[in-house]
Amino acid sequence: MQAETRSNAARINEPFAAAAKAPPDHGRETGASRTPDRADAASRTVELRIRRQDGPTTAPYWQSFRLEARPGANIVSLLMDLREHCVTASGEPVDPVAFEHNCMEEVCGACAMLINGVPRPACSALIADLETPIRLEPLPKFPVVRDLMVDRAQLFAQLKRVKAWIRIDGAWDNHERAPRISPQDWAANYLYSRCMSCGCCLAACPQFGPDQAFVGPASLAQVRLMNAHPTGRHDKAERLHAIMADGGLSDCGNAQNCVRVCPKEIPLTTAIGELGRQTTVQALKDLFGGR
Amino acid sequence: MSAPRVIVIGGGLGGLWATLTIAEAGHRVMLFSLFEVMRSHSACAQGGINAVLDMKGQHDSVQQHIVDTIKGGSYLANQPPIQSMCEDAPGLIRTFERMGVTFSRTPEGLLDQRLFGGVKHKRTCFAGASTGQQLLYGVDQQVRRLETEGKVEKQEWWEFLSLVKDADGVCRGIVAMDLRSLEVRAFRADAVVLATGGLGQIYAPKTTCSTNSTGAAASRVYQQGARFANAEFFQFHPTAMLGEDKTRLMTEAARGEGGRVWVPKDPNDRRAPLRIPESERFYFLEDWYPTYGNTVPRDIASRAIWKVTRELGLGVGAVGEFGAGEHGAGKRDVGKRGAGLRGAEEGSAGESRDRVYLDLTHLDRGFVSTRLGAILSIYRKFAGVDPLDAPMEIFPAAHYAMGGLWVDYEKDAATGGMKPGSPRNHATSIPGLYACGECDYAYHGANRLGANSLLSASYSGRVAGEAVASYLNGLEQGADAVPAALFEAETARQSGINERLTKASGDQNPFRLHRELGNLMTTKVGVVRDNAELDAALSGLREIEQRFERLDLGESSRWANQSLAHARQVLDMLKLAQVMAASARARDECRGAHFKPAFDLAIPEGKFPGDPEFETYRERWKANNAEWLKTTVAEHHPDGPRIGFEPVDLGLLAPDQPRDYR
Repeated sequence: MQAETRSNAARINEPFAAAAKAPPDHGRETGASRTPDRADAASRTVELRIRRQDGPTTAPYWQSFRLEARPGANIVSLLMDLREHCVTASGEPVDPVAFEHNCMEEVCGACAMLINGVPRPACSALIADLETPIRLEPLPKFPVVRDLMVDRAQLFAQLKRVKAWIRIDGAWDNHERAPRISPQDWAANYLYSRCMSCGCCLAACPQFGPDQAFVGPASLAQVRLMNAHPTGRHDKAERLHAIMADGGLSDCGNAQNCVRVCPKEIPLTTAIGELGRQTTVQALKDLFGGR
Repeated sequence: MSAPRVIVIGGGLGGLWATLTIAEAGHRVMLFSLFEVMRSHSACAQGGINAVLDMKGQHDSVQQHIVDTIKGGSYLANQPPIQSMCEDAPGLIRTFERMGVTFSRTPEGLLDQRLFGGVKHKRTCFAGASTGQQLLYGVDQQVRRLETEGKVEKQEWWEFLSLVKDADGVCRGIVAMDLRSLEVRAFRADAVVLATGGLGQIYAPKTTCSTNSTGAAASRVYQQGARFANAEFFQFHPTAMLGEDKTRLMTEAARGEGGRVWVPKDPNDRRAPLRIPESERFYFLEDWYPTYGNTVPRDIASRAIWKVTRELGLGVGAVGEFGAGEHGAGKRDVGKRGAGLRGAEEGSAGESRDRVYLDLTHLDRGFVSTRLGAILSIYRKFAGVDPLDAPMEIFPAAHYAMGGLWVDYEKDAATGGMKPGSPRNHATSIPGLYACGECDYAYHGANRLGANSLLSASYSGRVAGEAVASYLNGLEQGADAVPAALFEAETARQSGINERLTKASGDQNPFRLHRELGNLMTTKVGVVRDNAELDAALSGLREIEQRFERLDLGESSRWANQSLAHARQVLDMLKLAQVMAASARARDECRGAHFKPAFDLAIPEGKFPGDPEFETYRERWKANNAEWLKTTVAEHHPDGPRIGFEPVDLGLLAPDQPRDYR
């Protein structure tokens, strides 16, 4: 089981060289250059190879399924079709594949999984754009709950560790506005506030894993966001100290996988760079006094 | 340690606000959610949140926000809660801003505001086109902070199954199921807040709602005696992008920011939309409603699109989007009833020219990208077309439940609004059970205005939280004193349901039954309603429910069995769907989103206040109000919902002005 997890984690690095050259189907360049209306495409039969696992401590195994993908279908809709009649390619009826889904429009972060070796939300992975057979695996680095469901509790624990919030006196109206924020600062901050904690960046990060202490890019980006806020700045030193400790910023190996796979195109490595400067200044302040 | 004093079920905006408020009042909260709370459907809200800040030199006023909300809802909502919500909206925005929510800014660094439907003022604060996500994360971060302080304990991956009531009918806790281990367990609590959101999955897949917005939790407490109000009022959002798995919302802000809705004047015009000259386009909303134009309220816009596509036969759309077979069956049924569907295409399964254009291509590309980036990205990814280059193709889809659990309020005689901190506010008809957010019925009457839902979800969460704190202060006996046998009995009852469903060995698949439910509701309890169709819906729903006797779960696993959880949800959705259909059947009039053409009192064309024809219409409209301006209240009985009515508090604005957006 442990060995399986590791080999899975190792395998994931290999597609990123390719991903860097031709980003998966979620780049800014979408639009005019794309097929005009993919709803026009005909249905086609696709083969799914799914890495299944009945529970957290049982051994994983692979199963193949063949089913018709309707025009415009994506991985979530295909898995939904499959659960109505879950029979393997060899004709064996099996339990439906467990997987997470909610918004189906790439804003909730629930359905992230490994699709043809790349971590990404399954709802926005359109069948028409995928090479077949399509390989589906649970998001690596996180404990498998069942099949394609993983436990991302670690991600939320990291958000606590770095204190990714603005400390307010209370959620009542105190009749005061927060300070002004320029449209330029807003634009930079907004990039980070769209992080939906899907975990793709962590799945892709060679430094992040069950046996490693690294806090990971998602939480680091939130430190960048909170430290930029006019009142969030008050706790900047505390957040920086959290990421200057073991498993903090300096564990980043600069593989840049995170920024390549982020479905929301969040400039994670830019955030990490900015935090590098902030922690250097903080270290000097710690040395010579002052906050 | 003693029992947590309060259980909050649901971690969207409403539930998180309730959690924050209760925890800050010093009570320990246990927060239940089907998944990590930040994945809640609030994240899908796009366009914004209404609050009168009057940032645009338009002399906006709280009074006007109140009037717009009351009239937008066709006078059906009680007015004291609306008044308080609108008055408190600016304070809520200030609080969100302090939490660090990334609201879009003016050049001066202040909060920007934009136009939304059913209003004439720029009143909507927004964060790009992902406002719900940003607001949700703001509150989520605060709750996480309280978690680290030990004030809140999350129970994620647990599903609420039922309430535990004591001998006096007071809610004393819940029974819930661990969605991984399938353990069924009782939890004691002195008060319970239900914040479980909407029920759009009853219309799946033709809904903008997330797959977890099933309404099952609200249905469960309804079946345990909570009253359910105004179930017939369900909003169809006019601008959704069609898809076979889901219809994805394209925010009303697209029109608020200048987007225009149109179709070619010639139904046989097959040119690419941008090659059709201005003079050959029919901007029907601007034509029919010159005053409000593209930003008429949603019920009006949805019906206009329905008329253009289903009655006038002017729709556009690609061939083959909806393939042959059962997926398209419901759609064709509707099409055949439409009066003017072009004959050549009728019955052709692959053809579905039932959409209209939502056009942003005339607007500045940079402006649109900054203000609406999130929806541009959704449309690009799922349709493969860039809305900056070509108009979007849209159609109405099931979106939002105005109706919901009946909740009380205490009117403040001095102000006319809700009395702050009253334990009656947002209390359901079951003592000790509160409801807030989309699962209650309080603020939107017969039709919700755009950008009022993030407001009502947040506001009602805060109010419910304050009410719970007051309720606890007055509580003489806590849940700890309730005999354990009550909890054990309810746990055993729920485990028994699981056993029965797991062991059933028939031929009915729960996911397929869900799809049939969605098709039935979409075709028979949709934008346009008819009593014969509603009767057919009711018998169809009972028929699907009976087929549950022959369930085949298709899954025997005792670990993270999603089919079991889903089967239970579908069964409860069927109960709620019957409440919706029965409520719709009982209301023989047109009001807001509930449209029964047989009872339509249309405004005389070309006539305005002062014209004799209009005044005659006004009198008929008032007479209709005298009969029908009342809240529908459903109560559960084993043989089906019993429908009754109760009066609406109209203390602030008497219904003298018919809704008129021309």
